[in-house]
Amino acid sequence: MEQPVLARHPGRVGSRRGRARLGKALAPYLLSLPAGLWLLVLFLIPLVVMLSLSLQTCNFGTGACVMTWHWAEFPQQLSLYHAQFVTSFYFAGAATLIDLAVSFPIAYWIAFYGGNKKNFFLLMLLVPFFVSFVIRTVVWEFILSDQGVILGSLKNAHLLPQNFHVLATGGAVVAGLAYNYLPFTALPLYVAIERIDRRVLDAAYDLYATRREAFTRVILPLTIPGIFAAFLLTFVPALGDYVNQQVLGGTGNTMIGTVIQNAFLVNLDYAGGSALSAVLLAIALVGIFAYARVLGSRTIEEYL
Amino acid sequence: MSAVVTAPGGPASQDVSPARAPRRRRRWTRFVLPAYSWVIIAYLVFPIAVMVLYSFNKVTTGLPQVSFAWNGFTLQWYEQWKDIPQLTSAFWLSIRLAIVSTIFATVVGTLLALALVRYRPPRFRGKAAVEQIMFLNIAAPEIVLGASLLGLFVTINLARGFVTLLLAHVAFSIAYVAVTVRARMAGFDRSLEEAAADLGANSWVTFRKITFPLILPGILAGALMAFALSIDDFVTSNFVSGSAVPFPVWVYGATRIGIPPQVFVFGSAIFAVGILCAIASVVIGWRKPT
Repeated sequence: MEQPVLARHPGRVGSRRGRARLGKALAPYLLSLPAGLWLLVLFLIPLVVMLSLSLQTCNFGTGACVMTWHWAEFPQQLSLYHAQFVTSFYFAGAATLIDLAVSFPIAYWIAFYGGNKKNFFLLMLLVPFFVSFVIRTVVWEFILSDQGVILGSLKNAHLLPQNFHVLATGGAVVAGLAYNYLPFTALPLYVAIERIDRRVLDAAYDLYATRREAFTRVILPLTIPGIFAAFLLTFVPALGDYVNQQVLGGTGNTMIGTVIQNAFLVNLDYAGGSALSAVLLAIALVGIFAYARVLGSRTIEEYL
Repeated sequence: MSAVVTAPGGPASQDVSPARAPRRRRRWTRFVLPAYSWVIIAYLVFPIAVMVLYSFNKVTTGLPQVSFAWNGFTLQWYEQWKDIPQLTSAFWLSIRLAIVSTIFATVVGTLLALALVRYRPPRFRGKAAVEQIMFLNIAAPEIVLGASLLGLFVTINLARGFVTLLLAHVAFSIAYVAVTVRARMAGFDRSLEEAAADLGANSWVTFRKITFPLILPGILAGALMAFALSIDDFVTSNFVSGSAVPFPVWVYGATRIGIPPQVFVFGSAIFAVGILCAIASVVIGWRKPT
């Protein structure tokens, strides 16, 4: 029954019919060809190039690289920067957990009690996205600065010691990550909770479930796919983030994203940067594949 | 999506068990949760309010940077919004880039969505592979994508500038556009197309008169997504920008030496335009209840 929409002139006479049938058979491929090519050349091939670059030896002055099958790059980079990987895990993990804890109640409230104002509340959750990511982070620098709106007033009121500071600490980085990625956590949770069939909940109450039991044994299990999606959409980008760390953090809490960015843009160490990116991608792939295995890769689309 | 919900408000559970779930639940859902939610919304809006506020902050030192301390109200920066030529040109570059990349990504992504919605494996071999690639593209950390693109451009010796930015922005938008358009096409009624064909329309006329108008809202949603992704992108742009510096990359560079107040003026303006568009779409949605 499928009619390829773009195939021109559905066979009126003789030879045209043959061409139309060919067009019909090719239609799905022709339609996906431009996107497929674009993603092949500018998504898959770059990843292969990155892997090959990590095995090359580069001239730090010019950035020119020669293939040397230098596998030692990986252990070398890891021994240099394993601490930054650990810091990234720590910060991204903390921010993700904070976001899950903070956004679950609001997602639950909007889904169950939002009534006809649901769209308004969802828009409010998305409000940060109307300001550029970099500007958002810079504004947090202003808010958290030693003499800024909050700390300055608290210090003037002698509620905080004069030498108290938040900027340049790990706490500031986690706070920035948690703020910037909160909508990525809240929206999947909302979608998952909203989808719960109220009749299942009613059934639980009819069977004398307490509210607590209804929550832990009905709502929470049904929300797990959403929690998993929220985790993936928050943790993976936060893991590679370096803007929050660069703007809000200090020199003592460098994340792996900063190291990769410096390798590529400051030191022109393409081999080292590629090796670190490959490791970061491998780490992310563990979560991505786990997600695809358990929930199927298409489900992510429901939570975007 | 919100149309699916049970009609009367939602708190169905309350009505079911009034005897067993008395006072405490009411107080909890009536006061604690709403209060909490409004606190979170305030938390999300607070930095934006600070940004707007600081765009009116006077500068007391001679340097053109916003100070952390509040020095008094001024409209100076709104009057001198284009006094920093690099910032203004970065802003227009971002707008141009977003428009062009939106056009490319929307066309390419919509075609892909059409293929994914209408064809299944016997006719469309490799569909699963395409879906896996899209998923990977969306879920992979952006810094890896940006770094690998830089690696590619360096390897093939392509000078970094507007072209590399455009290639990269379209690359990370296609999957999002395809997903958005496909989601909106899910409830598409194929019998309308068949009716058009029965009435003698050829494929092209059917597409132009039936299919395209019906999927247009989905395409617009996809285009909006692509535009928002492009204009706000920092991580990938920072890797592939080279001499052409888009707005977020310029702002990031400026954090090292101090942010000129005009940045907050641009930020406030973009925010105002975005919010107006969002409110307009909500209002239009109200007028036409589905």
